[in-house]
Amino acid sequence: MSTQPIQIQPLSQPVDIGDEVASFSVDVEQEIDSHLAKYPVARSAILPLMFIVQRERGYLDAPGVAYLARRLRLRITDIWEVATFYSMLNTEPVGKYHIQICKTLSCKIMGEPGITDHVCKKLGIKPGETTADGKFTVSLVECLGSCGTAPMFQIGFSYYENLTTAKVDQILDSLT
Amino acid sequence: MFIGAIGCEPLQLARVHLENSRSLDVYRKNGGYEAIKKVLDSMSPDDVINELKKSALRGRGGAGFPTGMKWSFVPKDSPKPKYVVCNADESEPGTFKDRYLMERDPHMLIEGILIAAYALGAKTNYIYTRGEYRYLIDIMDVALDEARAAGLLGNKILGTDFGCEIYTHTGAGAYICGEETALLSSLEGMRGHPRMKPPFPAVSGLYACPTVVNNVETLTAVPDIIKMGGEAYQKLGTEKSGGTKVWSVSGHVNRPGVYELPMGYDDMEKFIMEDCGGILGGKQLKAVIPGGSSVYIMCADQIIGKDVRMDYEGIVAAGSSVGSGGFIVMDETVDVFESTKNLTEFYKHESCGWCTPCREGTDWLVKVFKRIAAGNGRPEDAQLMLDLCDNIEGKSFCPLGDAAAWPIQSAIKRFPEDFRRHLVREP
Ligand SMILES: Cc1cc2nc3c(=O)[nH]c(=O)nc-3n(C[C@H](O)[C@H](O)[C@H](O)COP(=O)(O)O)c2cc1C
Ligand code: SF4
Ligand code: FES
Repeated sequence: MSTQPIQIQPLSQPVDIGDEVASFSVDVEQEIDSHLAKYPVARSAILPLMFIVQRERGYLDAPGVAYLARRLRLRITDIWEVATFYSMLNTEPVGKYHIQICKTLSCKIMGEPGITDHVCKKLGIKPGETTADGKFTVSLVECLGSCGTAPMFQIGFSYYENLTTAKVDQILDSLT
Repeated sequence: MFIGAIGCEPLQLARVHLENSRSLDVYRKNGGYEAIKKVLDSMSPDDVINELKKSALRGRGGAGFPTGMKWSFVPKDSPKPKYVVCNADESEPGTFKDRYLMERDPHMLIEGILIAAYALGAKTNYIYTRGEYRYLIDIMDVALDEARAAGLLGNKILGTDFGCEIYTHTGAGAYICGEETALLSSLEGMRGHPRMKPPFPAVSGLYACPTVVNNVETLTAVPDIIKMGGEAYQKLGTEKSGGTKVWSVSGHVNRPGVYELPMGYDDMEKFIMEDCGGILGGKQLKAVIPGGSSVYIMCADQIIGKDVRMDYEGIVAAGSSVGSGGFIVMDETVDVFESTKNLTEFYKHESCGWCTPCREGTDWLVKVFKRIAAGNGRPEDAQLMLDLCDNIEGKSFCPLGDAAAWPIQSAIKRFPEDFRRHLVREP
């Protein structure tokens, strides 16, 4: 069933957004439409759409942002403004595998420092860095809701819990 | 990890161990969607709200506001559309109960939202889930599709005139979006800054329309309340906090997990030392944060031998709060200066930056903590930190500022030795 539309004045008219605008396959366009259909106001779909652009383009690059502005009838700055607020939206490239290690209290006291050390030594990088081949990025992040199975990290959208250094080796070695 | 009920029959966790507990089929075979049927067959929206009031259910998201009362604030005569928004942002450190409720029993949440939507006259409802829980959004989407195919969503639900839709929505990594007005800003596609209250969301929420925001655990309690009646549900708990409560337990215990206990469970010492298997490696208990990070830290002396009742009043009387029900248990090896520094870094990172006391205050606090940790502590630094807290608490735009101050204030008071060690350099 359809949602009840509400009249909300657009904040601004779409502006000229330059020449480079990302384009997507028909399937992706359909996926985007299905998100837009959930809301009476298009702007509400901004986060789901940003995740799609990020998935398709690796990160929120300028053409991707221009696409979002056009699709949502917003200004380019409206998109940047939102993108820079949320920690999961990348406005710069990250490695193919983004390892996000939880460093909040429960994980910390259950062995996070050892896990972080091990991951960083193994990959030869520090938190916040990406390996030279662009394969791995390591970040330290706040509580991911796995405190009962600490220590843990998330790679992409997958949770890895009750980590030990042996388990970390196994996980990282299995990623190609 | 343990998942189950202690001291009562499981309600919220009744189905979590069944095979295929996520499926519509298993949910239906185990009492699922009977409550919405009862509601649509025989209850008016006011009847539902009255049952909620009788149940003494208090919101499980952190503030503990009575749910029936919150629902009754939604104006009945408003011509605007109304919304129910489920808060599945669950980012409070130490809290992971909503995750398992959704992972194991997604239809229970759908039924809870349906009943709320009926009581409030909402046609469109959203489940705002933290972005990191993508796999839960997928689980919810599958369950919603199942429900839709079975005539439990859309027009003419179960053949009646009642119709509504439920959609999932993703956050993108921001603790503040768990605060209900920030959540609504985020759901409207803005940065997740909180909004001024009043007006409260019940009057002017999503798209300036009447909106009820409820936590996952609050909404998943609703089907049982309808089935057993508000009074019977209340009797499972205490007079002021009805029913059962789901706690998350992490840190230095032998059996971390998700525990459903009757409200008013006796007592916190037994819970930690027996039910949760006691302290890892036979060590001594040192500190407990019982309600997610945003409550006062407790020292062992406030728990051991003190018969702390586990409900809102009991834990307040013992010197902390229920909060989100996230127990973080710390043994004797933990330095409370370090643990408090860790949480202060969390609040600094998660401060949305909207108001000065919280944005600047949390930043300064972290700077002071770091300086002390680097060996440059001064005896007057404890007072400096308390002064900074004073300038944040009660002076910030939303409760995140207060939440940043409380761990520090209570830690300095209750663990002065751990701070002194860093501040006073022995000759
Ligand atoms: C900083 C902050 C973070 C919060 N995070 C959450 C959260 O993750 N989940 C939640 O349900 N409530 C959270 N809350 C509480 C909500 O603002 C709100 O009270 C709650 O969603 C209402 O639902 P309830 O009445 O069912 O508890 C948070 C509050 C604050 C101030
Ligand atoms: S108290 Fe902190 S989180 Fe809340 S509005 Fe102010 S800056 Fe934002
Ligand atoms: S503290 Fe690491 S997942 Fe919660």
